[in-house]
Amino acid sequence: MGSRLRGYENRDGIALVVPVTLVVAAIIVLPIVWTVVLSFQDARYVDVARNGLFNELTLDNYADVLAAPGFWRSLLTTVEYSVATTVGSITVGLVAALAFRERFRFRAPLRAVMLLPYVAPVVATTFVWQVALNPQYGVVNAFGTQVLGWEHPVNFLSSAPTALLTVIVYDIWRYFPFAFMFLGAALTGLSREIEEAAVVDGATPLQKFWFVVLPQLLPTIALLVLFRMVMAFNEFDDVYLLTGGAAGTQVASVRVFEQLTGSSDIGGASATAAVMAVFLGVALAVYLRLTARNREAS
Amino acid sequence: MSTVAGQTRVLRVLRAVVIVALVLATVVPFVYMLSLSFVRIDDLLRDPLRVLPALERLTTDTYRQVLASEQDGGYGFARFMRNSAVVAVAASALTVLLVVPASYALTRLRFAGRTQVSWLFLAVYLFPTIIIAVPVFVGFQVFGLGSSLVGLVIAYVALTVPVSVHMLRNYLTGIPESIDEAAVIDGASRLQILTRITVPLAMPTIMSTALYSFMIAWNEFLFALLFLSAKQDLWTVSLGLTRLADGQEVSKTVLMAGSVLLTVPIVILYGVAERALTEGLTAGADKG
Repeated sequence: MGSRLRGYENRDGIALVVPVTLVVAAIIVLPIVWTVVLSFQDARYVDVARNGLFNELTLDNYADVLAAPGFWRSLLTTVEYSVATTVGSITVGLVAALAFRERFRFRAPLRAVMLLPYVAPVVATTFVWQVALNPQYGVVNAFGTQVLGWEHPVNFLSSAPTALLTVIVYDIWRYFPFAFMFLGAALTGLSREIEEAAVVDGATPLQKFWFVVLPQLLPTIALLVLFRMVMAFNEFDDVYLLTGGAAGTQVASVRVFEQLTGSSDIGGASATAAVMAVFLGVALAVYLRLTARNREAS
Repeated sequence: MSTVAGQTRVLRVLRAVVIVALVLATVVPFVYMLSLSFVRIDDLLRDPLRVLPALERLTTDTYRQVLASEQDGGYGFARFMRNSAVVAVAASALTVLLVVPASYALTRLRFAGRTQVSWLFLAVYLFPTIIIAVPVFVGFQVFGLGSSLVGLVIAYVALTVPVSVHMLRNYLTGIPESIDEAAVIDGASRLQILTRITVPLAMPTIMSTALYSFMIAWNEFLFALLFLSAKQDLWTVSLGLTRLADGQEVSKTVLMAGSVLLTVPIVILYGVAERALTEGLTAGADKG
């Protein structure tokens, strides 16, 4: 049956996939390769415009990147930021998913509302946060000084260490809906029978959560951690829009951006990006090894 | 037994508190945005704590100013919105056009390089957009696409393709292959199967894929910043808002009106397709 079609399967399959693959290759894979090549060249915009990929190869960029104290500070900031937002957003998302597990009035519309921070344009929400936190006309500082009796308005986004903390809180706010959405779906998929059996055996609600529900959610949580860590490690928009990378919030992507636009040091920026990618790759490998061992154990 | 009853009672209260707190935390910033967009700037400066202004002090002048073109003394948001709409519609249409055949092939056909292509789409997410954006920009300059909406559309398609393929493929796997085989017996060609059977069956998911890529394109910021900064007549809403917010001269409440205009289309679309969208994105999550 269908041997005519079977015979063309290989050809047809390739023909149908080629357009997408070409776009992804041209717009994503090629630039990544180019970045790696550029990181071994002492290139500025002029050199790239004149010589394309064929500049002299050197390791200077890597030496410069690794010797710059700014790089290590930025790496540390990125790690702190990524870990804090990942743990924070998944914890809040888990609490939210548990709270929304049982039916209640308006559950469906409220659940939809809870996803707003994640779907709304990042430019709009960062702008609202900036205005709300502004020392002169922001509602938060007005409330703090007039109602809570703060002595001075707080420069939430322009002084260390509150700037990094504020960015982290913003990102927990923006990304907890993502964890909420996935953990909610995972919770609906759980079989109730085991939990009912635990209740019959006299388990308290907390014991039921800790010994029955949480272990079943761990695969989803592990996946979310992986996903959020990667996204947070590469995050640019949120930090750049909130603080511009000032006041101790210069994460890796923002540093790369500044090297590119500020000093138009393409080689240096590419080397920074490459080192960061390697660092992320190693961290991921370690994480996958650790969780793989856990998966086998359980 | 008493600990069970005690914990149950405490958790019930806690649950209500958590729900109220979370809903407030998500909604309040949007209420603040909407409310400030109708406030006069001197009212805001005089009393920042007054978030909901008195009715007779409300103004829609903020919207008039932000929407009007520069010649009419406004900030040109009507044009920014048109640019964003053009880019987002084109990007989502192109994404669907590319992704439907590809997902069909990835679920139905066995061909050389099939697994490699799937991996390629995943690996893309390991790298920050910033290192992709710059070479793309430099490359596009060579082809004269650097500072154009066309270049932006191509970039957005590449950004949304991987997740879109994932969403559609999950759905297509669930459609029994026997339907295709029945069509083959009736003498249908591959193209006919794709257009007459797969597309109609997958229509809801195709729509949510289109919506997803529309939202990504409408919300995107970094590529727009790199590509279009110098060309004010091509600015998208996201870019326009940040550029104008960088200076001191535009009043914050006018920009708040701009934020509302940036957010409202997304909220409407999301409201229409919320369920399809979340189901599409989380497909497979319940299987662990």
